[in-house]
Amino acid sequence: MRLDVILRVLAKLLIPFAVMFALYVQFHGDFGPGGGFQAGVIIAAAVIFYALIYGLPSARQVVPDALVEAMIAIGVLLYAGVGVAGLLLGGNYLDYFVLAHDPVHGQHRGIFWVEVGVAITVSAVMLKIFYVFAGRRRDAGEEAS
Amino acid sequence: MLNQHLPILLVVVPLLAAPVIVLLRHSLPSWLMATVASIATLAIALQLHQQVVSEGVISYAIGNWPPPLGIEYRVDAANAFVAVIVALIGVFVMPYCRRGVAPEVRAEEHYLFYAMLMLCLSGLLGILLTGDAFNLFVFLEISSLATYVLIAMGRDRRALVASYQYLLMGTVGATLYVIGIGLLYLQTGTLNLADMALRLPTMGDPRATLAALAFITVGISLKIALFPLHLWLPNAYAYSPSAVSAFLAATATKVSIYVLMRYFFTIFGETVVFDARHTGVILLALSLAAMFIPAVVAIFQTDVKRLLAYSSVSQIGYITLGISLHSVGGLTAALAHLFNHALTKGGMFLVLGGVVLRLGGSALDRMAGLGRTMPIAAFAFVIGGLSLIGIPGTAGFVSKWYLVTAAMEEGQWWLAGAVMLSSMLAVIYVWRFVEMAYFRDPPEGHPPPGEAPLSLLLPALLMIAACVWFGLDASWSGGMARLAAEALAGGWK
Repeated sequence: MRLDVILRVLAKLLIPFAVMFALYVQFHGDFGPGGGFQAGVIIAAAVIFYALIYGLPSARQVVPDALVEAMIAIGVLLYAGVGVAGLLLGGNYLDYFVLAHDPVHGQHRGIFWVEVGVAITVSAVMLKIFYVFAGRRRDAGEEAS
Repeated sequence: MLNQHLPILLVVVPLLAAPVIVLLRHSLPSWLMATVASIATLAIALQLHQQVVSEGVISYAIGNWPPPLGIEYRVDAANAFVAVIVALIGVFVMPYCRRGVAPEVRAEEHYLFYAMLMLCLSGLLGILLTGDAFNLFVFLEISSLATYVLIAMGRDRRALVASYQYLLMGTVGATLYVIGIGLLYLQTGTLNLADMALRLPTMGDPRATLAALAFITVGISLKIALFPLHLWLPNAYAYSPSAVSAFLAATATKVSIYVLMRYFFTIFGETVVFDARHTGVILLALSLAAMFIPAVVAIFQTDVKRLLAYSSVSQIGYITLGISLHSVGGLTAALAHLFNHALTKGGMFLVLGGVVLRLGGSALDRMAGLGRTMPIAAFAFVIGGLSLIGIPGTAGFVSKWYLVTAAMEEGQWWLAGAVMLSSMLAVIYVWRFVEMAYFRDPPEGHPPPGEAPLSLLLPALLMIAACVWFGLDASWSGGMARLAAEALAGGWK
């Protein structure tokens, strides 16, 4: 355990930048390559990196299972909610034109929230898959004891 | 104001219910949410159907991007009719789930069960309503993935294998469908189904169309469980939780049949599919094989759920037989049987679910003496069986009558004999249950006499009663099936 000091320190240094990069990919997705899916994967990768270095239990403390599961649902709700907002503002479902006074601005606003929803769900699903696989033997052992 | 948004609401209501259920986490509130959502779905489906019948085709542009560029939802008498069937079954199954699912699914997974059921419902309705070939694929995947999970939730360990088997077959089917779509897209440059239907006739009949037709037909046939491609179905129905068996048997294959009809009659058109090549003959041969071979297999089953599953494969044969006649009469028969068989098989699986709950298994031997220990359930099951056979006075008779009439209109008298013969096979497998339930004594260690809880019995009895109702008065179901058939054959105008 004492030998992996380098890994631990490097991980602490790198993870904030990974998350930062994810946010860049997320919010620059309107103008360049990127978007919610890619950003979500990078965020999940940062947490998985943390789990690899510091162990699964500490990762589960930082990002608990319940939060991951809630995030899966919240992302979808956010996406579908943007669609319903379009309905309520007098347009069709997923109609971004009506989301602001200026239609182009409305499109920006719509795609922004949709991509936020995608990022939340994708990162949570990635994490959930990792947690389920990584914790398989551990969780089964807990049940047996 | 809301009326114009009905097509999208039908899909969005269950789609929104699913994540809300995941957030609720507890069994009771999730069930309440799912029930409310499914009732709302039925109300929307009925309203939509009425609107279509009185006003004609409805087109809805998602995101206000006008079709054919944007995704379009296009509703006519055909898909609205099937949507009503799916939503109706959803409403029947939901109240049943509360008590029915408790012993079969782990308590901490109940909310996931309901979320999956809602996603499955949303996917199936999406397949029906969408007017976009690729969007259809996306919904096909949503409903299929939800289905795989639902099947795997069965308490029997074999449920996992059954689910995996279905996953493999379903994925192959979906892949073939996408390849077909790709070919059509390359040729016509559009994914909008109505647009595609307009452009395809101007292309003549090149080989790429033939390839697309072949890929789509085989891909969707896998999902339908058309005879040689049915191997995933018996295990999937037998080992999934009872409520899921009932829901899937009544909806999933039916929706795929609608997709096949839509592609055959509206997109490719009768001339390309039936007149230019022998699709009709091939489909007829497969339908006949489906009517007989799985029915014989059903006779030898020792598990009632598997028996019903093989019977489903056999009944799908009647529906595809109606398609293979490629006349409005044949289509009417197919759609009427779609409706009647959904009621019959859904009802029988629900009755069986209550029996399984009391007896602890679905082996035929356990059903011995059921006529004495659970008289109402046994009687209801027999009524459902009569409808499978097609005894006058039940829904099954009406659709077989349409089928025979349609065959005779085409001058195919011998098909009437084939339908009769196949019904005889149904008599045998239903008789096996009757013999077991009414002419045997209950085995040692049989639970004391008593019916399943009312919340299980009532939806099941309602469905079986509907079977008799639509057998005695087929004016609504028959009329709607004819309207739907005319809509399919007439194209999207």
